[in-house]
Order: sequence, then C-alpha cells, then structure tokens
Amino acid sequence: MAKSKIRSPVSRLEGLWQPGILLTALVFSIPVLTIASFLLYPSGDIWQHLVDTVLADYLLNSVLLMTGVGLGTFSMGVTCAWLTSLCQFPGKKFFIWTLLLPLAMPAYIIAYTYTGMFDFAGPVQTQIRDWTGWEYGDYFFPEVRSLGGAIAMLSLVLYPYVYLLARAAFIEQSVCVIEVSRTLGCSVWASFYRVALPLARPAIVAGLSLALMETLADYGTVSYFGIGVFTTGIFRTWFGLGDSAAAAKLAAILLLFVFSLVVIERWSRQRAQYHHTTNRYSQLPVYRLTGARALIACVACALPLIFGFILPAFQLSLWAIDTYAVMIDSSFFKLVLHTILLGVSTALLAVLLALFMVYGRRVLASKLVFASIRVVAIGYAVPGTIIAVGVIIPLTWFDNTLDSYMREHFDVSTGLLLSGSLFALMFAYLVRFLAVSIQSVESGLVKIKLSMDEAARSLGRKSADILFNVHLPLMKGSVLTALLIVFVDVMKELPATLILRPFNFNTLAVRAFELASDERLADSSTAALMIVVVGLLPVILLSKSIASSRAGS
Amino acid sequence: MHKICGLAVFLLSVSLSTGVPAAEVNIYSARKENLIKPLLDQFSAQTGIKTNLITASADKLLTRMINEGQNTPADILITVDAGRLYRAMEADIFQPIESEKIEAIVPAHLRDPDNYWIALSKRARVIFYAPDRVDPNALSSYENLADPQWKKRICIRGSGNIYNQSLVASMIAANGKQATQEWAQALVDNMARPPMGGDRDQIKAAAAGQCDIAVANTYYYAKMLENKKDQAQYQAAKKMAIFWPNQAGRGAHVNISGAGISKYSRNRENAIKLLEFLLSPEAQDWYASVNYEYPVNPEVKPSGLLGSWGAFKADTLNLSKLGELNAEAVKTMDRAGWK
Repeated sequence: MAKSKIRSPVSRLEGLWQPGILLTALVFSIPVLTIASFLLYPSGDIWQHLVDTVLADYLLNSVLLMTGVGLGTFSMGVTCAWLTSLCQFPGKKFFIWTLLLPLAMPAYIIAYTYTGMFDFAGPVQTQIRDWTGWEYGDYFFPEVRSLGGAIAMLSLVLYPYVYLLARAAFIEQSVCVIEVSRTLGCSVWASFYRVALPLARPAIVAGLSLALMETLADYGTVSYFGIGVFTTGIFRTWFGLGDSAAAAKLAAILLLFVFSLVVIERWSRQRAQYHHTTNRYSQLPVYRLTGARALIACVACALPLIFGFILPAFQLSLWAIDTYAVMIDSSFFKLVLHTILLGVSTALLAVLLALFMVYGRRVLASKLVFASIRVVAIGYAVPGTIIAVGVIIPLTWFDNTLDSYMREHFDVSTGLLLSGSLFALMFAYLVRFLAVSIQSVESGLVKIKLSMDEAARSLGRKSADILFNVHLPLMKGSVLTALLIVFVDVMKELPATLILRPFNFNTLAVRAFELASDERLADSSTAALMIVVVGLLPVILLSKSIASSRAGS
Repeated sequence: MHKICGLAVFLLSVSLSTGVPAAEVNIYSARKENLIKPLLDQFSAQTGIKTNLITASADKLLTRMINEGQNTPADILITVDAGRLYRAMEADIFQPIESEKIEAIVPAHLRDPDNYWIALSKRARVIFYAPDRVDPNALSSYENLADPQWKKRICIRGSGNIYNQSLVASMIAANGKQATQEWAQALVDNMARPPMGGDRDQIKAAAAGQCDIAVANTYYYAKMLENKKDQAQYQAAKKMAIFWPNQAGRGAHVNISGAGISKYSRNRENAIKLLEFLLSPEAQDWYASVNYEYPVNPEVKPSGLLGSWGAFKADTLNLSKLGELNAEAVKTMDRAGWK
C-alpha cells in the first residue's frame, strides 16, 4: 500500500504534461474564480439583511436536503448494485439496465409530474375525497411539495450515480478477495460489509459526491417546491435584490460545503489506497437467492425503478398521447439532433480531458496536479446559471478586448468570436461536468495496482502506450460510465444551455422546460419523453458492455 | 479521430450558419419561444426580414447583453415584466425608440418617459375566490387580504416569483414601506399553506378546498378555462370566480411584457419595424386570443373570454416604479417570512 513514484526517464512530451494539466485546470477554473472574485465587491446592508432573515433557513434546509438525498441514494444505489452484480434472482438481467433509466429523467420533470399526480388538487387525492367524502384537513396525505418531497424526487433520479459506480466497482473487483474472505469464515453478508463494500468505497464515494453536488446545484426542483436553500437564495439575492456580491458570498458558502465533503472523505480514508489485490479473475461467484429472499431482492430493485421511472414515464406518456401530434413538428427533429450532437461531443471531450489529467496525476504523482484536479471538479456543485455567468464574463471580456485591439491596430472588427457560440456552451458544460468524468475515470484507475505500470514500464512502454493498452481495457466500464453520465447530464442540462446558446439553437431540455415552466405540463411531455428515449440508447449500450467488460471473463 | 473531425465539422457548420445575411433582426426574449415565434414568423413573411431568436430568463439575457457590450448581436430585448426593462435602462444598454407610430399607440404609463422601453401586452394580477365559500362583497382590495377574516384561507405563490415582487413593489409605491411591511406580515398569517407551486396551482388548490382565495395572473386562469382537454384543470377553474381588486381606488395591479432596443443595435430600422408590428392590431389580437394577455394598443378591444370579463380599472402607476422598488419588495417579503 505504499505510495511509489514512477520516474522512469521522462520523454520531452511528458515534460510538458504537468504544465499542461495545470493550464487546463486553470482554464476550466476561470468561471468559478470569476464568481468568487465578486466576494471582493462590497455588499452593503444586503448581506446583513440575509443574515437577519433567511440565512439560517437556507443553511438548515440545505443540510437536511443533502443528508436526506445522501441516505436515499446510498441505500438504493448500493443495495441494487450489490444485488445485481453478485446475486442471482428472477428478473436480474432486466433490472441491471432498467435501474439506470431514472438517470435520464430531469429532476424538475419528475417533480412536476409527481406534483401533478399527488398534489391536493391532483387526481389521486381528488379520487380519495370523492370516495370517502373527506375534505381538506380530514385526512393525512404526504405533501409532495415539501422538503421530504424534494429529498424523494432528487434521490429517485440521482441514485443511479451511486448504482452505476458501485456496480462497476463490484464487478471489477477481483473475485479472489471475496473467496478468501469466505474461506476465512465470513458469511455472505459479512464478506459484503467487510470486504466488498470497503473495496468499493472510492467508487461509492465518487457516486455519492456526484449525487450530492448535483443536489446542491439543483434549482428547478427546490424552487418549484418553494424550499429556501442556497441555490434559491443565490438567485433571489442576485436577481431579486440585485446584489452580486452578497450572492457570491452565498455561493462561497455553498462551495465550502463541497470542500468540507471532500476533506471529510479524504481524511476518513486517510492514506489507504484501494487497488485490486490480485490480478486473477475467474467467474464471479453468484449467490443464488430463492423463495422469500428472491422476492425481497426483486422488490428492492423494483421500487426505485417504479418510482424513479415507470410511474412518471407512464404519466408523461398519458399526457404525450394527447399532445404529441401538435408538439412534433419539423423543428422537433432538429432539437433531437442538436441534443445528441452536443451530448456526444461534450462527453468525448470530457473523458479525454479526464484521462489526460487523472492519468497524469498517477504518473507524475504530483501534489500540485492533484490539487488542481480537485479544484476543477468543484464546478459540478455550482448551479448552471452561476457557471453560465462565470463563462459569459471572461469570454466577452476576451472577445471585446481582442476586438478593440484589432480595430485599433488593423482596423478590423473581430466582433464576438467565442461568446454566443457553441464553443461557449461546450466550455460551460465541461466546467460543470468535468467532475463527473474525472470521478468515474479516477475510480477506475485507482483500482489498478501501480505494479502494473511498473511492469509495463520495465518492458519499455511509454505512458500513453500503457494507458491505452494496459489501463483502458481494465477500466473500460469506468470510462464508459463517464461517457454515459456526461452525455445524459448534458442532455438534461438547462440553465447554462438557455443562456449561452447561439441564435435559433434549441435542445430538448430547453423545449421541455419552457413548456413545463409555463405550467403546460401536458405539452412538455413529448420533449421530456424524448430526452428519456435518447438517454436510453447509451444506457443500454453501457449496460451491455459493463456486463461483458470484466477482465478475465 | 473520426469523431474529432465530426465534431469540428459540426462546430464549423453551426458557426457558419450564424453568418450575417442582409435583412435581419436579432431578438433576446424572455417570452417563451411558443409565445413569440409565431409572431416573428408572421413578421418575416410580411416583410422578408429574417428573425433570430434566443429565449431565456430576462435576468440572464440582461447579464449576457451587458457583458457583450458594444459587440452584442442583440437588437431587441423582450421581457415579461417592467422591472427588468427598467434595470436594462439603468445599465445603459437601451436607446430611445424613435417612432411616432409607437408613441401614438402606447399610453404614457405603459412606456418609459424617454421611450427607452415600451409595453407590448398587459397582464393583470387579481384575486380568485370560491363562490360557494366566499361572499364577493367581503372582497375589496389587495390591502383587504390582510384582514383577519381570511385567516388560513389564502393561497399565493412564493416570494421568489417576479409577479409577486412586482405586486408588493406596487403596494410600496401606493402605501409606503411601513404599511406594506405590516400588510405582508398579516398576509403571511392568512396563508392557508406555505407558498408552493405556480399560479395555476393556487387556483387549483382553492378549487379543491385547501384555501378559499387565490392570487394569480388572469391568463393562467383563462388558459385553464379554455383548454378543455385537461378536464381536471378545466373543472377546477370553473369552480372559481374572478374578482378585480382595488376598483374603487388605484385599480388592479398590472404588469407588462415589453421591449427595448439595444444601444448598439446594428439593425435599428428593422428592430423598430418589428416593434411596430408587435403593436399592430393583428399582433395585439394574437396576444389576447392565444395567451389571454390584455392588448396595449387601445384600438384593440379584447374579444372572446377576455371580452366577457368586461373592462376593469388598472393601476396607472408608471411601471418604472416596479423596477425601482423591486429590491425593497424582496426585503419586505423576507422580513415577513414569506417563503
């Protein structure tokens, strides 16, 4: 477990690696730093006003929301991952990939849908009242639009992050350690708690932190439910009160949350590292579940699927049947095309950049590189709108500065080169979602023992060579996971897309949101369903290849 | 490698397709696409001027325009409230709209004194009540909603919403800070539930009996009534009745959707033509019949459902005030514990 540096003769290209990573990290940190720089502006009495009135509420609600979503995603994600990777029960093959489906549901869509169904004025409660003759106040029914409701909504669509990464980890685990633990007298559950779970910890933590960062950045759900958390507070302060400095202070507190999460995790993990302890693979042992146990496993997997996907998708389909004829026109297919192209290109870029940085950290073993990667990953917890503003300011500054320089010296106007183009949009996506690809690539890479690198190097292989011929085949699942999550995230992304896109350029999420936020739920259902359908394809591809990606099988 | 080439081609093709043809006008719009695009298409068909559109919330479009500075491609900024137009003018990104035609159409209180912005349509925020539980004679004004008789009987959405912010701003303009603070406090006590959901949700909750009074914009109510496909919403709306507040005083609170022309517009003439078109009787009639907003052009009389509600007295407070008092309104609501 000792940390070993690999410093074989470094080629000239590799010498540029560290500066390259640092530069990349700097470029992608610019938006967050821009926002942070607002802290330097005086915020006057607005900050005091916030402290006096709403800050305590924001703090409490954010902590409760994160705790709830953390527990929810952990229990659903890890349970399902364990059951579908190491147990055998009826329907397992079906659950393996369908459990990923809620990933394709934007949180605000599921929130609108559940509210439509279970609200006081919705069909379910109205039916109950019709049957029983009860009126308001005569009976108890959980309120959808509450803190508990928000926790449920976000947990239901975010647990796939934990599930995906945990499952990839369980599958990539060498079977030997599990077998050894069994021969040493561990029961099935003991070997899960004492061996498999701790070994999968980096992956589970990576999944959890993605879910929690997404929770912190969520705006659509919490604002629709009327819950005062940091995101809603930032928006009110910035736009309602017109005070960007006080808003940045709120954002800074939000980032503090993220930092403390990261630090706590690192501290508790301390210096332990999690490698495959052996490279021997054989068929995964499968615990056959029968009778009541099989039933329980089935139900445990079915619940997140039903509530996270089937029920809302069913409601959306009902609406879509009514409205699709009007909603699908020639422009609709353009939306689909735009959405896919943006998703695919961003996902590829995000994974390439992640490999470049994470692998660099492994080879160079530099603290500076390590820190810079952590800084880049913060973007994920920052709400899309804030990132968008952080992108607009430096890009337009660059464009305008270049423009006036060119006018002065060459009498040519270059206009807005970068801002207002797809470049700006993809840049913002990368700022937000690099964390996703970094987390999953990292969780795949740390499991590969450094001795593998050393062996390859002693055979004269170069770093890039080792990455592509040794590491990538071993961490195919993690890389594909990264591609999928970024793709789906980009597809669902809304606030940054809205504000940064070029003229006449729409995506499915924009269409779905515009209609939904206009309280036209039924009309938005066609676009929302299409997001799910487009998301299905990579989900299926991914699950197929995860199933077949086990080394040694 | 192929993928990277593909990406490059994709980026290139998009950047080329945003090149500059001869006659066009670029619009940043806070009106949603489906509530502006049909009019733009009609405009293009009539004039041959191409329209390019980006929709997003006004705050963000404003941020984008301010930062783009003199290179901004935007010719027109359309918002759905007066506060943001005022903010844009304060940020010095508008120029006066020079058109006698427009000046003749738009009433003075619905535009900036120096014509930096104008209204395109009006939106009234009014009271809805359940006739089986509320005697309309007990209703009178927004101020009256603070009366203890409405304890736990009122539904209204959250304070983050701009329509509520504008309503409170208009009350500060009418009654002053202190009185409005007390009013907000009492209103919060009268709420039947913590604020949640959108305007339609308030009407639905009142129809279902969770509260007796809802505050909402009229066009949401109209859309619920006119879309019979959604039977649940239709039935809910039918159970409610509309009440025009403050008719004995300053009139019902009205906000607008409106527009201004960018200070750095490169297609100024086309932009003015577009605004003139949006104020023309046919476009004004479209607002009324499709989105149930009240026309700004006094020559256009609302027909159909809006017509059946009859005329009402609207607050003629100059809408710049809503922008000036917005931050004060948010603070007032924060202090009152209005979520």
